[in-house]
Amino acid sequence: MTLKTLLAGTALAVGLAGAAFAEDKTKVGFIYVGPIGDGGWSYEHNEGRLAVEEHFGDKVETIYQESVPEGADAERAMTQMALGGADLIFTTSFGYMDPTINVAAKFPDVKFEHATGFKRADNVSTYSARFYEGRAVQGHIAGKMTKTNKVGYIGSFPIPEVIRGINSAYLHAKKVNPDVEFSVIWVYTWFDPAKEADAAKALIEQGADVVLQHTDSTAPQAAAQEAGNVITFGQASDMADYGPMPRVSSIIDNWSPYYIQQVQAVMDGTWTSVDTWDGISTGMVKIGEITDAVPADVKEEALAMVEAIGAGEYHPFTGPINKQDGSAWLAEGEVADDGTLAGMNFYVEGITGEIPQ
Amino acid sequence: MIRLEKRPTPSKAWTYATPVLAVALTMLAGGLMFALLGKNPFLAIKTIFYDPILGEFAFYYRGQLLVKAGPLILIAIGLAMGFKAGIWNIGAEGQYIMGAICGAAVGLAFYPAEHWYIFPLMVIAGALGGLLWAMIPAILKVKFHTNEILVSLLLVYVAEQLLAAMALGALRNPDATGFPGSRNLQQYPAASNPELWAGTGIHYGVVAALIAVIFAYILLSRHLTGFHIQLAGQSPKAARFGGVNPTMLVVFCMGLSGALAGLAGLFEVTGPAGQIAINFNSGYGFTAIIVAFLGRLHPIGILLAGLLMALTYIGGEAAQATLQIPAAAIQAFQGMLLFFLLGVDVLSNYKIKRVKEGVA
Repeated sequence: MTLKTLLAGTALAVGLAGAAFAEDKTKVGFIYVGPIGDGGWSYEHNEGRLAVEEHFGDKVETIYQESVPEGADAERAMTQMALGGADLIFTTSFGYMDPTINVAAKFPDVKFEHATGFKRADNVSTYSARFYEGRAVQGHIAGKMTKTNKVGYIGSFPIPEVIRGINSAYLHAKKVNPDVEFSVIWVYTWFDPAKEADAAKALIEQGADVVLQHTDSTAPQAAAQEAGNVITFGQASDMADYGPMPRVSSIIDNWSPYYIQQVQAVMDGTWTSVDTWDGISTGMVKIGEITDAVPADVKEEALAMVEAIGAGEYHPFTGPINKQDGSAWLAEGEVADDGTLAGMNFYVEGITGEIPQ
Repeated sequence: MIRLEKRPTPSKAWTYATPVLAVALTMLAGGLMFALLGKNPFLAIKTIFYDPILGEFAFYYRGQLLVKAGPLILIAIGLAMGFKAGIWNIGAEGQYIMGAICGAAVGLAFYPAEHWYIFPLMVIAGALGGLLWAMIPAILKVKFHTNEILVSLLLVYVAEQLLAAMALGALRNPDATGFPGSRNLQQYPAASNPELWAGTGIHYGVVAALIAVIFAYILLSRHLTGFHIQLAGQSPKAARFGGVNPTMLVVFCMGLSGALAGLAGLFEVTGPAGQIAINFNSGYGFTAIIVAFLGRLHPIGILLAGLLMALTYIGGEAAQATLQIPAAAIQAFQGMLLFFLLGVDVLSNYKIKRVKEGVA
């Protein structure tokens, strides 16, 4: 008997036993890359889990594991949950992609939902949010508000999701402030308060008075507060504690509606493998309150942009846009297709520096 | 009043008893911590120590214990040889990374060819990668008297940068549009290190760890080099009079520990991890230092300590998932284990004497 059939058999047995004993309680697992108290990415996924619990009450049981390293350890954490009788498992970081596919192959009856990846299977869906829509709003505010014309950007990993955010913010800052310059520091982590603080301080020392972050802790906010006269934006979570300055707005990941919808689908037996990529229009991406530190006219423009994106009237990647090397990417009025955005591995024209490779 | 009196030689009985005592104290203090967190301490301790070995899903966990213990033991064996001789290689994590990079690079260079000799070549490249990385602090030490602790440790961070550069550049999977990480070696049979018997968790790395334990045991108890290692650690002066070449000893110990760490990295990247990724390393090189000391630098001790350490990881994860104990509490629990081990160590080196007030 191979491991696969052994595990699958056990999973089936556990599933049957679960059905017999726990009646129809649906068990939902969550794997987090950071601690649930990170105040950012994992925190918001956990908020989604809590929303599922609240919505379904006694009909669901949720379990989670936090700070799970990407790689072999993630595979074990997922297997553990599947063996424990989970019906649906959300794996909430890009690095869980291959482990999710591996474990899903061993447990064909368990449904998996992998965040921000691109590999799917019959029992693996992928989902992500169009954070770049929020980045456009941030870029606009940053471009208007910077006095030094220097915007610092803390990048986590040079993957398409992060590069998309940098491009979107840059394009919209540049649109309102032709002199704006971006400098990006790559920290190669999603959550490391010490490294994030160091990066923020370095950017501020280089003259940046706006710091954007694609990492999950509030350390950059604290560094900006200490420096004074530097503005920041909450990332993944509202980070409202740092308002009205330095945090002037935020991108909030709102996973709750999606999680409730997918759990419902499993309960109804209507779950199928899909690729979901929602943004401001469905509420998966929300823009946190813009504080009074932002001039009223800028705030009004920003809100108008949120409105236009939500209504589908405006796409943040609308031509003419050239690539960094000067070659044409989008012609006048042309809108980027999802395929290119999903695999984006180039900077747009005007950004200095190179994507690490 | 209680006074500590140094024993002329460490107590044999306490040397064996202290690890057991440390585990018992950890269970006690850890249980108290879990109780304060509002969790059932007995259930938590059972989930950590009993369930992975004999619980409902032990058939899966037992294999995972070996997967986790394999690299720890392999690295710790090499480190222990140096530690015994007073040569402190703290940078096994970096050598582990370099072994993985070099081994994987050889395999990926052959992609998609299928030859029987690809995997053996990768194994050699992995060992060499770790060995050469360890040679940097070794040679700097013998030529310029630099401190091998600092140099080997700092080279870990250099290796991490190289790893990121490889995952994003030279070794990146050309078919994964813009995403970092190499091809998955699990899906390239000629370069993969699969489970040898399905469900057991045993892969070549686990086999290599067992072989390393046996060789280390023979080396230390039957071989002249082993004698030199022990002598250099206990009395450097006597060692020099006894004909030990300190330069050769540094090169040998650093090289051996580097090569074993490199092998551990190679077996991990071709097996459980599968690919060169930016955050491929997860601290085995550092944890192995704890394992080496927990095992009293003795090969059999390290074997047991590696399994125990793996158990706290696997059981700790299970406790997180099933009892929702926070990850930080599990780390604190593991920290307690080391703390108590070092704490009760005093019993093997000192006698506790009761002294009447005023007499002392």
